[in-house]
Amino acid sequence: MVSLSGDIDLQQSPKAREVLLAAVGQGDPVVVDLSGVDYIDSSGVASLVEAFQLAKRGGVAFSLAAVHPSALRVLQLARLDRVFTIHEQVADGL
Amino acid sequence: MHRVLDLRFPADACELRAVRKAVEQQVLEAGAGQDCARDVVMAVDEACQNVIRHAYAGATGEIVLQIDHRPDVGELVFSLIDFAPRVDPASIRPRDLDEVRPGGIGTHLIREAMDTVEYVEPPPGCGNLLRMTKRIA
Repeated sequence: MVSLSGDIDLQQSPKAREVLLAAVGQGDPVVVDLSGVDYIDSSGVASLVEAFQLAKRGGVAFSLAAVHPSALRVLQLARLDRVFTIHEQVADGL
Repeated sequence: MHRVLDLRFPADACELRAVRKAVEQQVLEAGAGQDCARDVVMAVDEACQNVIRHAYAGATGEIVLQIDHRPDVGELVFSLIDFAPRVDPASIRPRDLDEVRPGGIGTHLIREAMDTVEYVEPPPGCGNLLRMTKRIA
């Protein structure tokens, strides 16, 4: 499981990207706990998409969990809520 | 119409958190609801990012953000000014979202959140002026 927290914005998303890609690279299923993220911008979403695609290529399960309503709004506007597997709670994804 | 915010800040990612807070506060004080304020903050943030990443493209510079409230029509007018070389508005169109790939959704988010979005002739000495409006009532 990977937990992200704070605002995943243009300043923080490179760090989030690094953490996500490293987690996917380990080869085990990845559940991204977003309960501590109440703001995510397009650069943060891009990091999630990149990790999702890397996971897909490697046959690694990748899902999001406990997505804050404001972050979910961004995913919906980007039409990515239909692309990602999203669990209501972290425990649902484990 | 009266100006509720007039900010000038470095075009740097580390400034954006404070900018988001300032925008949220003024938009809420102007009477917008929480959902509206959230969308507007996101749009302004994405627009600032476009300036930092594409207009200045790594160079140092400044951004001016002005918010004007038109209570007679229940509208907020956002003006984002930079001093970078002129950008071709056609080069920053939203992309097709059916293609799942990282990046390129910022412009789409701005257009979804705001009522109008357009590049207008900037004042003399400025590079680009993005004007966005949002009805809050």
